[in-house]
Amino acid sequence: MSDSPLILQVQGLSKNFGGVKAIDNVDLDIRQGEIVALIGPNGAGKTTFFNCLTGIYSPTSGEIDLSDPRTGKTTRVNGKKPNKITEIGMARTFQNIRLFPTMSVLENVMIGRHCRTKAFIFGAIFRNAATRREEAAIIECSYDILKQVGLHKQVNEQARNLSYGAQRRLEIARALATEPFLLLLDEPAAGMNPKETEELVALIRLICSEGHSILLIEHDMKLVMTLSDRIFVMDYGKKIAQGTPEEVRANPAVIKAYLGEDVDA
Amino acid sequence: MDYFIELLFAGLTRGSIYALIALGYTMVYGIIGLINFAHGEIYMIGAFTSFIVATVLSIYGFPLLAIVVIAGVAAAVWSSAYGFTVEKLAYRPLRKAPRLAPLISAIGMSIFLQNYVLLAQTSDFLPFPELIPEFAFMEPVAHIVGSSDMVILVTTTLVMIGLTCLIKFTKIGKAMRATAQDKTMAVLVGVNVDRVISATFVIGSALAAIGGLLIASHIGQINFYIGFLAGIKAFTAAVLGGIGSIPGAVLGSLVLGLTESFATGYISSDYEDVFAFSLLVLILIFKPTGLLGKAEIQKV
Amino acid sequence: MFPVKELKRSALIALWFAFLTFPIMVIKVDPIERVVQYRWDNMFFIAFGSFVISILAKVYVIRKERRAVSKKETAATEPFAQRIIREPRFLYPLVLGCFIFGISFPFLFSTYQTNIMTTALMYVVLGLGLNIVVGVAGLLDLGYVAFYAVGAYSYALLNLNFDLGFWVVLPIGGLMAAFLGVILGFPVLRLRGDYLAIVTLGFGEIIRLVLENWNAFSQGPSGIANIPRPGFFGMDMTFAGGITYIYYLVLLLVVLTIFVVNRLQNSRLGRAWLALREDEIACQAMGIDKTKTKLVAFSLGAFWAGFVGVIFAAKTTFVNPASFTFLESAIILSIVVLGGMGSIVGVIIGALILILLPEYLRALSEYRMLAFGAILVVMMVFKPDGIISNVRRSYHIRKQGLSEGESHE
Ligand SMILES: Nc1ncnc2c1ncn2[C@@H]1O[C@H](COP(=O)(O)OP(=O)(O)O)[C@@H](O)[C@H]1O
Ligand SMILES: [Mg+2]
Repeated sequence: MSDSPLILQVQGLSKNFGGVKAIDNVDLDIRQGEIVALIGPNGAGKTTFFNCLTGIYSPTSGEIDLSDPRTGKTTRVNGKKPNKITEIGMARTFQNIRLFPTMSVLENVMIGRHCRTKAFIFGAIFRNAATRREEAAIIECSYDILKQVGLHKQVNEQARNLSYGAQRRLEIARALATEPFLLLLDEPAAGMNPKETEELVALIRLICSEGHSILLIEHDMKLVMTLSDRIFVMDYGKKIAQGTPEEVRANPAVIKAYLGEDVDA
Repeated sequence: MDYFIELLFAGLTRGSIYALIALGYTMVYGIIGLINFAHGEIYMIGAFTSFIVATVLSIYGFPLLAIVVIAGVAAAVWSSAYGFTVEKLAYRPLRKAPRLAPLISAIGMSIFLQNYVLLAQTSDFLPFPELIPEFAFMEPVAHIVGSSDMVILVTTTLVMIGLTCLIKFTKIGKAMRATAQDKTMAVLVGVNVDRVISATFVIGSALAAIGGLLIASHIGQINFYIGFLAGIKAFTAAVLGGIGSIPGAVLGSLVLGLTESFATGYISSDYEDVFAFSLLVLILIFKPTGLLGKAEIQKV
Repeated sequence: MFPVKELKRSALIALWFAFLTFPIMVIKVDPIERVVQYRWDNMFFIAFGSFVISILAKVYVIRKERRAVSKKETAATEPFAQRIIREPRFLYPLVLGCFIFGISFPFLFSTYQTNIMTTALMYVVLGLGLNIVVGVAGLLDLGYVAFYAVGAYSYALLNLNFDLGFWVVLPIGGLMAAFLGVILGFPVLRLRGDYLAIVTLGFGEIIRLVLENWNAFSQGPSGIANIPRPGFFGMDMTFAGGITYIYYLVLLLVVLTIFVVNRLQNSRLGRAWLALREDEIACQAMGIDKTKTKLVAFSLGAFWAGFVGVIFAAKTTFVNPASFTFLESAIILSIVVLGGMGSIVGVIIGALILILLPEYLRALSEYRMLAFGAILVVMMVFKPDGIISNVRRSYHIRKQGLSEGESHE
């Protein structure tokens, strides 16, 4: 794995909110084909880290470079708009699910196809052959993705009527529709029952095997340990450890961060 | 120089009236994040109530001081009652609705109240009784500063001091500040948020009513439509100062009042309202947090 | 049946409203003649009215709650109107019927009626245009009338100064409005929803005030008169003929607008608008350019307003700034809100109700604006989806391959 190309390089990333250093000088890198986990206690700054990567917040300082493994092209993305970053090839899900609640399941995924398709006012009004073809392709592709995540029986259901676990999977499907080479998942297993979690693990493996690299935030340690190639640990905005699951599990700083002062004494 | 001072006082007067109305916008915004579009109408109703009460009393031959006091109290009481009712009917049911729903409801309320007064009273301009006499001791400076300017400035200052004390020292004032800062936390520490919101509307409406009484007697006439423009201008002032901030509302109002006064005095009065609207548009576009407001970061 | 506690509550509400409306509803003073008139009958009406309304509102709420409980057992029932729109075998005959009625209207009714219907149809188009902006894309535009004014004044001024004819100005008016939409939209569309609303309102007022004050340009408050009606291959038309002609013109525009808006809604762009309305941040994270998408919605809406503005000027042959106040924007907004945000059929019904009803019930016309205000409040509180909520398209996916499903609305 260590010989595959770097696709994400983060250097010295910091984000301040007023006086609070939500992220403090964090480095992180991901190689093509890896599943990397970002863990840490609540409030450690993990979600903020995602928000900086995806352009929703602009970082106070630091550099973020994305390299598309398909073309080898590297782009510095800090300061770019979220939609540009998605276009380059990094997509995400949200910790507190942000679907389009009254749109149907299929339409939610079709929205993901937006940045890979072209039809505009003219096409919409005249519905020419190219537009019709494109529209059919959008539906086909979206349906295929829904099949992959196991939601193809509910295409016309409103997103808000789905179960919690299904909504999380729909978020993944929607992100996949943007054809990302790097997929960011923010607590994908939160609120899932053990069976759903098991299915999720299989799904993440499947997605990875199809050539998407994955960075995920998760509190479920069993999931993290089984899935990830490498783990980064954050606490109070700082990166306190990184390494393979075994290394991280044995790291005293990590144990301290998770279990509090007294254990370490 | 006299002209300058005249304009200065005219601007301060204007600004302090805006402040009385702007406070209502800013307090409501601070607590429930709603642009209370109907607030201008509450001010108009305050002016109308004081007009009706003052005229009735003067027809019945009451002494001037009694008229002023009773009309002022009546205006404050009824405006507050309207503010309270409007919140209950048009905003409270929408507390969990998407952000634009209460705004649309507020716009509807504003149109409704305007036409309610139009239908129940008249569409004509009505002459407002002279409630503020020309004081003898103001004689030497009367060509620069009128008595009513003076009364307005003094009254507003007193009202502001009263409001500050209310918010700083009373229980409801503390509850209001707590709610404005963090509604969820306020509920957790036992603040009755519904009551705080009602109180905010009542206080804001009473302030607007006092503004209505003062300006109506200053200008000398009213009609059902005065709330629209006054409301927009006061809102401009609130945004200029930083909406949600009480000192900001006062500062923004004074700045707006002075600018308008000098611009009309030295440049031209044709585009007075265009100026206010342009200012509104420009602030919202370039500095929506205003002079003293805090930036709102949306949590994702 | 109805609990006594609730009756007591309603009585208290009645008392409260009697008190609340006392100075304004009961007392009327004449400051010149110095007479006071007490209208106690008004107090009675208010008390009685609020008593009845509060009971009705309570009944509505109780029934709604009951329905919400029972809904969990029975399948969700669709409202009647919605079902008609969804089912093609009801919808198509209905559309055909409406179309035939629309075509034959000038033959069935007087010139006067035709004229009123023309006005109503113009509001249908305005409503559909604003619907793109407010209903579909979720951008509350309170200055919509400004674009309408731009269209109307484009025709009036271009005709006055350059002698341009109706047909030439029609697209120009629309494009000018759309262009202005882009110019304005660019800086303001990144603002939060409620600020956007106020900025557009301010902008609308600025346009009106400029038209009112800049005499050299727009002839000020007195406006521009003697604007020619549209020609028809150079034919001279009678007055009645002219009205019928404009009627058909507007009818054509209505059909065109429905067609275009329907296609837009069911397109890649329309989906992006809807998504933007539901969650801006998720939308951007899905690769949608927020500013561009909003800008297109905003200027397309403006384009329609400009279009109708040109027709308005031609129909009334006279424009002045008083036709373009904030209240006009509020009326169009009421149409969209009453009809149902995002729903084409809803907006058409909304426009017809709100414009025709006051025309035919003369007694009501005085209460027109009062009703518009009340509609905005009542709809938001009780039925924010409008009388006909937007029917989402459903997709039928076949086993072997895929095909686009039917869609209506
Ligand atoms: N928009 C914001 N404004 C102010 N503080 C914020 C904002 N977003 C996050 N924070 C703060 O940053 C810290 C990290 O939060 P977050 O990234 O959500 O943590 P995690 O996802 O690791 O649980 C917290 O202290 C949080 O309060
Ligand atoms: Mg988090």
